[in-house]
Amino acid sequence: MHYRVHVRIVPRAGLLDPQGQAVEHALTALGFKEAANVRIGKAIELSIDAKSAEDAKGRARVMCDKLLANPVTEDYLVEVEG
Amino acid sequence: MQKVAVIRFPGSNCDVDSLNGAKRVGTDAYLVWHRDIDLKGADAVILPGGFSYGDYLRSGAIARFSPIMQAVQRFAQDGGPVLGICNGFQILCEAGLLPGALMRNARLSFVARPVAVRVEQTDTAFTNRYRKGDILRMPVAHGEGRFAADAATLRKLEAEGRVVVRYVDLDGSPLKDGEINGSLNDIAGIANAEGNVVGLMPHPDRAADPALGNTDGLGFFASVIGWAHAKGVGR
Repeated sequence: MHYRVHVRIVPRAGLLDPQGQAVEHALTALGFKEAANVRIGKAIELSIDAKSAEDAKGRARVMCDKLLANPVTEDYLVEVEG
Repeated sequence: MQKVAVIRFPGSNCDVDSLNGAKRVGTDAYLVWHRDIDLKGADAVILPGGFSYGDYLRSGAIARFSPIMQAVQRFAQDGGPVLGICNGFQILCEAGLLPGALMRNARLSFVARPVAVRVEQTDTAFTNRYRKGDILRMPVAHGEGRFAADAATLRKLEAEGRVVVRYVDLDGSPLKDGEINGSLNDIAGIANAEGNVVGLMPHPDRAADPALGNTDGLGFFASVIGWAHAKGVGR
Protein backbone atom coordinates (compact mmCIF):
# COMPACT_ATOMS: atom_id res chain seq x y z
CA MET A 1 0.00 0.00 0.00
CA HIS A 2 1.29 3.43 -0.95
CA TYR A 3 0.82 6.22 1.52
CA ARG A 4 1.28 9.88 0.71
CA VAL A 5 3.40 11.37 3.46
CA HIS A 6 3.91 15.04 4.32
CA VAL A 7 7.00 16.03 6.25
CA ARG A 8 7.27 19.48 7.75
CA ILE A 9 10.69 20.67 8.88
CA VAL A 10 11.07 23.80 11.00
CA PRO A 11 14.03 25.50 12.60
CA ARG A 12 14.22 24.52 16.26
CA ALA A 13 12.51 26.96 18.60
CA GLY A 14 14.95 29.41 20.12
CA LEU A 15 17.41 29.25 17.24
CA LEU A 16 17.83 32.38 15.19
CA ASP A 17 15.88 32.13 11.93
CA PRO A 18 17.06 35.06 9.81
CA GLN A 19 14.76 34.12 6.91
CA GLY A 20 11.75 34.15 9.20
CA GLN A 21 12.79 37.52 10.63
CA ALA A 22 13.22 39.05 7.17
CA VAL A 23 9.81 37.82 6.04
CA GLU A 24 8.22 39.06 9.26
CA HIS A 25 9.68 42.52 8.62
CA ALA A 26 8.31 42.44 5.09
CA LEU A 27 4.85 41.46 6.34
CA THR A 28 4.94 44.28 8.87
CA ALA A 29 6.00 46.72 6.14
CA LEU A 30 3.00 45.56 4.07
CA GLY A 31 0.70 46.42 6.94
CA PHE A 32 0.14 42.93 8.34
CA LYS A 33 0.77 44.11 11.90
CA GLU A 34 -0.97 41.01 13.26
CA ALA A 35 1.76 38.65 11.95
CA ALA A 36 4.42 37.51 14.43
CA ASN A 37 6.86 34.69 15.11
CA VAL A 38 7.43 33.82 11.44
CA ARG A 39 9.54 30.68 11.03
CA ILE A 40 10.63 29.32 7.67
CA GLY A 41 11.27 25.65 7.13
CA LYS A 42 10.70 23.08 4.43
CA ALA A 43 7.87 20.88 3.27
CA ILE A 44 8.70 17.49 1.75
CA GLU A 45 6.11 15.18 0.22
CA LEU A 46 6.77 11.59 -0.63
CA SER A 47 5.03 8.25 -1.21
CA ILE A 48 5.98 5.39 1.05
CA ASP A 49 5.17 1.76 0.37
CA ALA A 50 4.21 0.32 3.76
CA LYS A 51 1.85 -2.13 5.44
CA SER A 52 -0.02 0.51 7.37
CA ALA A 53 -0.22 4.26 7.86
CA GLU A 54 1.56 3.76 11.17
CA ASP A 55 4.44 1.93 9.44
CA ALA A 56 4.69 4.65 6.80
CA LYS A 57 4.89 7.25 9.53
CA GLY A 58 7.59 5.28 11.33
CA ARG A 59 9.67 4.94 8.16
CA ALA A 60 9.31 8.66 7.46
CA ARG A 61 10.56 9.43 10.97
CA VAL A 62 13.65 7.30 10.39
CA MET A 63 14.22 9.17 7.10
CA CYS A 64 13.99 12.46 8.99
CA ASP A 65 16.46 11.31 11.62
CA LYS A 66 18.95 10.08 9.03
CA LEU A 67 18.69 12.70 6.30
CA LEU A 68 15.68 14.95 5.93
CA ALA A 69 16.16 17.01 9.11
CA ASN A 70 19.30 18.13 10.89
CA PRO A 71 19.05 16.87 14.47
CA VAL A 72 21.10 19.83 15.73
CA THR A 73 18.99 22.64 14.32
CA GLU A 74 15.63 21.36 13.10
CA ASP A 75 12.44 19.70 14.31
CA TYR A 76 10.03 17.80 12.11
CA LEU A 77 6.40 16.76 11.93
CA VAL A 78 5.16 13.78 9.90
CA GLU A 79 1.60 13.42 8.63
CA VAL A 80 0.19 10.54 6.57
CA GLU A 81 -2.74 11.13 4.20
CA GLY A 82 -5.93 9.14 4.53
CA MET B 1 56.34 11.56 0.77
CA GLN B 2 53.08 12.36 2.53
CA LYS B 3 50.00 11.40 0.48
CA VAL B 4 47.05 13.77 0.66
CA ALA B 5 43.67 12.86 -0.87
CA VAL B 6 41.47 15.79 -1.87
CA ILE B 7 37.89 14.58 -2.35
CA ARG B 8 36.03 15.98 -5.34
CA PHE B 9 32.25 16.03 -5.01
CA PRO B 10 29.88 17.14 -7.76
CA GLY B 11 29.80 20.88 -7.06
CA SER B 12 33.18 21.14 -5.34
CA ASN B 13 34.93 24.26 -6.61
CA CYS B 14 37.96 24.67 -4.34
CA ASP B 15 39.30 21.18 -4.92
CA VAL B 16 42.16 22.40 -7.10
CA ASP B 17 43.03 25.22 -4.66
CA SER B 18 43.32 22.63 -1.88
CA LEU B 19 45.33 20.36 -4.15
CA ASN B 20 47.72 23.19 -4.95
CA GLY B 21 48.07 24.18 -1.29
CA ALA B 22 48.92 20.62 -0.33
CA LYS B 23 51.41 20.28 -3.19
CA ARG B 24 53.06 23.57 -2.35
CA VAL B 25 54.18 22.28 1.04
CA GLY B 26 55.69 19.21 -0.60
CA THR B 27 53.03 16.55 -0.23
CA ASP B 28 51.96 14.11 -2.92
CA ALA B 29 48.41 15.38 -3.29
CA TYR B 30 45.81 13.92 -5.64
CA LEU B 31 42.08 14.15 -6.33
CA VAL B 32 39.69 11.35 -5.40
CA TRP B 33 36.24 11.24 -7.03
CA HIS B 34 33.35 10.99 -4.58
CA ARG B 35 32.15 7.71 -6.11
CA ASP B 36 35.45 5.99 -5.34
CA ILE B 37 35.46 3.86 -2.25
CA ASP B 38 39.15 3.90 -1.45
CA LEU B 39 41.48 6.69 -0.37
CA LYS B 40 44.45 5.11 -2.17
CA GLY B 41 46.78 4.98 0.82
CA ALA B 42 46.23 8.57 1.91
CA ASP B 43 48.01 9.92 5.01
CA ALA B 44 45.57 12.84 5.16
CA VAL B 45 42.22 13.78 3.59
CA ILE B 46 40.86 17.18 2.62
CA LEU B 47 37.17 17.86 1.97
CA PRO B 48 37.31 21.05 -0.11
CA GLY B 49 35.01 24.02 -0.43
CA GLY B 50 32.21 24.42 -2.93
CA PHE B 51 28.54 23.59 -3.22
CA SER B 52 28.40 19.82 -3.25
CA TYR B 53 25.09 18.61 -4.71
CA GLY B 54 24.06 22.23 -5.15
CA ASP B 55 23.58 22.54 -1.37
CA TYR B 56 20.26 20.73 -1.90
CA LEU B 57 18.32 19.97 1.29
CA ARG B 58 21.12 21.41 3.50
CA SER B 59 24.76 22.18 2.79
CA GLY B 60 26.72 18.95 3.01
CA ALA B 61 23.66 16.82 3.81
CA ILE B 62 23.83 14.73 0.66
CA ALA B 63 27.60 14.65 0.17
CA ARG B 64 27.97 12.86 3.47
CA PHE B 65 26.33 9.82 1.87
CA SER B 66 28.75 9.74 -1.08
CA PRO B 67 30.45 6.35 -1.43
CA ILE B 68 33.87 7.77 -0.50
CA MET B 69 32.55 9.11 2.80
CA GLN B 70 32.48 5.63 4.33
CA ALA B 71 36.23 5.41 3.80
CA VAL B 72 36.64 8.94 5.18
CA GLN B 73 34.60 8.00 8.29
CA ARG B 74 36.78 4.95 8.95
CA PHE B 75 39.97 6.90 8.26
CA ALA B 76 38.93 9.65 10.70
CA GLN B 77 37.86 7.16 13.38
CA ASP B 78 41.25 5.45 13.09
CA GLY B 79 42.92 8.78 13.84
CA GLY B 80 43.67 9.83 10.26
CA PRO B 81 43.89 13.61 9.71
CA VAL B 82 40.82 15.03 7.96
CA LEU B 83 40.44 18.73 7.12
CA GLY B 84 37.11 20.19 6.02
CA ILE B 85 37.21 23.65 4.46
CA CYS B 86 33.95 25.61 4.10
CA ASN B 87 31.60 23.11 2.42
CA GLY B 88 33.97 20.43 3.72
CA PHE B 89 33.30 21.69 7.28
CA GLN B 90 29.56 21.51 6.60
CA ILE B 91 29.96 17.93 5.37
CA LEU B 92 31.96 16.94 8.49
CA CYS B 93 29.20 18.32 10.74
CA GLU B 94 26.48 16.58 8.75
CA ALA B 95 28.49 13.35 8.92
CA GLY B 96 28.77 13.63 12.69
CA LEU B 97 32.57 13.75 12.59
CA LEU B 98 32.36 17.20 14.14
CA PRO B 99 29.62 18.48 16.47
CA GLY B 100 27.19 21.30 15.71
CA ALA B 101 25.89 22.64 12.44
CA LEU B 102 26.43 25.53 10.01
CA MET B 103 23.30 27.60 9.55
CA ARG B 104 22.21 30.45 7.30
CA ASN B 105 24.29 33.58 7.99
CA ALA B 106 22.61 35.82 10.56
CA ARG B 107 22.19 38.68 8.10
CA LEU B 108 21.15 36.46 5.19
CA SER B 109 23.88 37.83 2.95
CA PHE B 110 26.45 35.65 1.29
CA VAL B 111 29.73 36.82 2.84
CA ALA B 112 32.73 36.82 0.50
CA ARG B 113 35.67 38.83 1.78
CA PRO B 114 38.98 38.54 3.62
CA VAL B 115 38.61 38.04 7.37
CA ALA B 116 41.00 37.58 10.27
CA VAL B 117 41.01 34.66 12.65
CA ARG B 118 42.98 34.03 15.81
CA VAL B 119 44.58 30.62 16.24
CA GLU B 120 43.19 29.24 19.53
CA GLN B 121 44.44 25.66 19.43
CA THR B 122 47.68 24.39 17.91
CA ASP B 123 47.53 20.78 19.10
CA THR B 124 45.67 19.58 16.00
CA ALA B 125 46.67 17.86 12.79
CA PHE B 126 46.22 21.09 10.86
CA THR B 127 47.35 23.95 13.12
CA ASN B 128 50.54 22.68 14.78
CA ARG B 129 52.69 24.91 12.56
CA TYR B 130 51.10 28.01 14.08
CA ARG B 131 51.47 29.59 17.49
CA LYS B 132 48.54 30.22 19.79
CA GLY B 133 47.37 33.80 19.24
CA ASP B 134 48.62 34.04 15.65
CA ILE B 135 46.31 36.22 13.55
CA LEU B 136 45.71 34.77 10.08
CA ARG B 137 44.07 36.53 7.16
CA MET B 138 42.01 34.30 4.94
CA PRO B 139 38.98 34.79 2.68
CA VAL B 140 35.52 33.51 3.55
CA ALA B 141 32.88 32.81 0.91
CA HIS B 142 29.72 31.31 2.35
CA GLY B 143 26.00 31.79 2.83
CA GLU B 144 25.67 29.18 5.57
CA GLY B 145 28.56 29.58 7.97
CA ARG B 146 26.89 30.46 11.24
CA PHE B 147 28.16 27.86 13.67
CA ALA B 148 25.37 26.60 15.94
CA ALA B 149 25.34 23.99 18.68
CA ASP B 150 23.35 23.36 21.84
CA ALA B 151 24.61 25.00 25.04
CA ALA B 152 26.17 21.81 26.43
CA THR B 153 28.12 21.14 23.22
CA LEU B 154 29.32 24.72 23.07
CA ARG B 155 30.50 24.61 26.70
CA LYS B 156 32.33 21.35 26.03
CA LEU B 157 34.03 22.69 22.89
CA GLU B 158 35.28 25.73 24.79
CA ALA B 159 36.27 23.82 27.94
CA GLU B 160 38.22 21.23 25.95
CA GLY B 161 40.02 23.82 23.84
CA ARG B 162 38.43 22.53 20.65
CA VAL B 163 37.74 25.93 19.12
CA VAL B 164 40.63 26.01 16.66
CA VAL B 165 40.17 29.42 15.05
CA ARG B 166 37.95 32.34 16.05
CA TYR B 167 36.94 35.37 14.01
CA VAL B 168 38.55 38.62 15.18
CA ASP B 169 38.99 42.11 13.78
CA LEU B 170 41.88 42.57 11.38
CA ASP B 171 43.84 44.13 14.27
CA GLY B 172 43.17 41.10 16.47
CA SER B 173 40.56 42.63 18.76
CA PRO B 174 37.22 40.85 19.35
CA LEU B 175 34.51 41.33 16.74
CA LYS B 176 31.50 43.44 17.36
CA ASP B 177 28.43 41.32 18.07
CA GLY B 178 27.57 38.80 15.39
CA GLU B 179 29.75 40.26 12.70
CA ILE B 180 30.64 38.12 9.65
CA ASN B 181 27.97 35.44 10.03
CA GLY B 182 26.65 35.37 13.59
CA SER B 183 28.57 32.26 14.67
CA LEU B 184 28.28 31.36 18.36
CA ASN B 185 31.32 32.73 20.22
CA ASP B 186 32.70 33.91 16.84
CA ILE B 187 33.70 30.32 16.10
CA ALA B 188 35.35 29.95 12.69
CA GLY B 189 36.66 26.41 13.09
CA ILE B 190 36.65 23.47 15.52
CA ALA B 191 38.33 20.10 16.07
CA ASN B 192 37.22 16.73 17.36
CA ALA B 193 38.49 15.58 20.77
CA GLU B 194 41.54 13.85 19.27
CA GLY B 195 42.52 16.84 17.12
CA ASN B 196 42.78 14.78 13.94
CA VAL B 197 39.55 16.14 12.43
CA VAL B 198 39.36 19.91 11.87
CA GLY B 199 36.74 21.99 10.07
CA LEU B 200 36.72 25.71 9.36
CA MET B 201 34.72 28.13 7.23
CA PRO B 202 37.60 30.43 6.08
CA HIS B 203 39.70 29.25 3.15
CA PRO B 204 43.35 28.44 3.89
CA ASP B 205 43.42 27.08 0.32
CA ARG B 206 42.81 30.59 -1.01
CA ALA B 207 45.64 31.98 1.12
CA ALA B 208 48.32 29.54 0.08
CA ASP B 209 49.96 31.00 -3.01
CA PRO B 210 52.67 33.70 -2.92
CA ALA B 211 51.37 34.96 -6.27
CA LEU B 212 48.16 36.00 -4.49
CA GLY B 213 50.08 37.93 -1.85
CA ASN B 214 48.95 35.86 1.13
CA THR B 215 50.30 32.55 2.38
CA ASP B 216 48.76 32.64 5.88
CA GLY B 217 46.87 29.42 5.13
CA LEU B 218 49.86 27.29 4.14
CA GLY B 219 50.37 26.18 7.74
CA PHE B 220 47.18 24.10 7.57
CA PHE B 221 48.66 22.04 4.74
CA ALA B 222 52.15 21.88 6.28
CA SER B 223 50.91 20.92 9.78
CA VAL B 224 49.70 17.54 8.65
CA ILE B 225 53.23 16.45 7.71
CA GLY B 226 54.63 16.72 11.23
CA TRP B 227 51.43 15.43 12.81
CA ALA B 228 51.24 12.15 10.95
CA HIS B 229 54.83 11.35 11.89
CA ALA B 230 54.35 12.36 15.51
CA LYS B 231 51.18 10.32 15.96
CA GLY B 232 52.17 7.42 13.75
CA VAL B 233 48.97 7.79 11.77
CA GLY B 234 48.71 6.57 8.20
CA ARG B 235 50.58 3.78 6.53
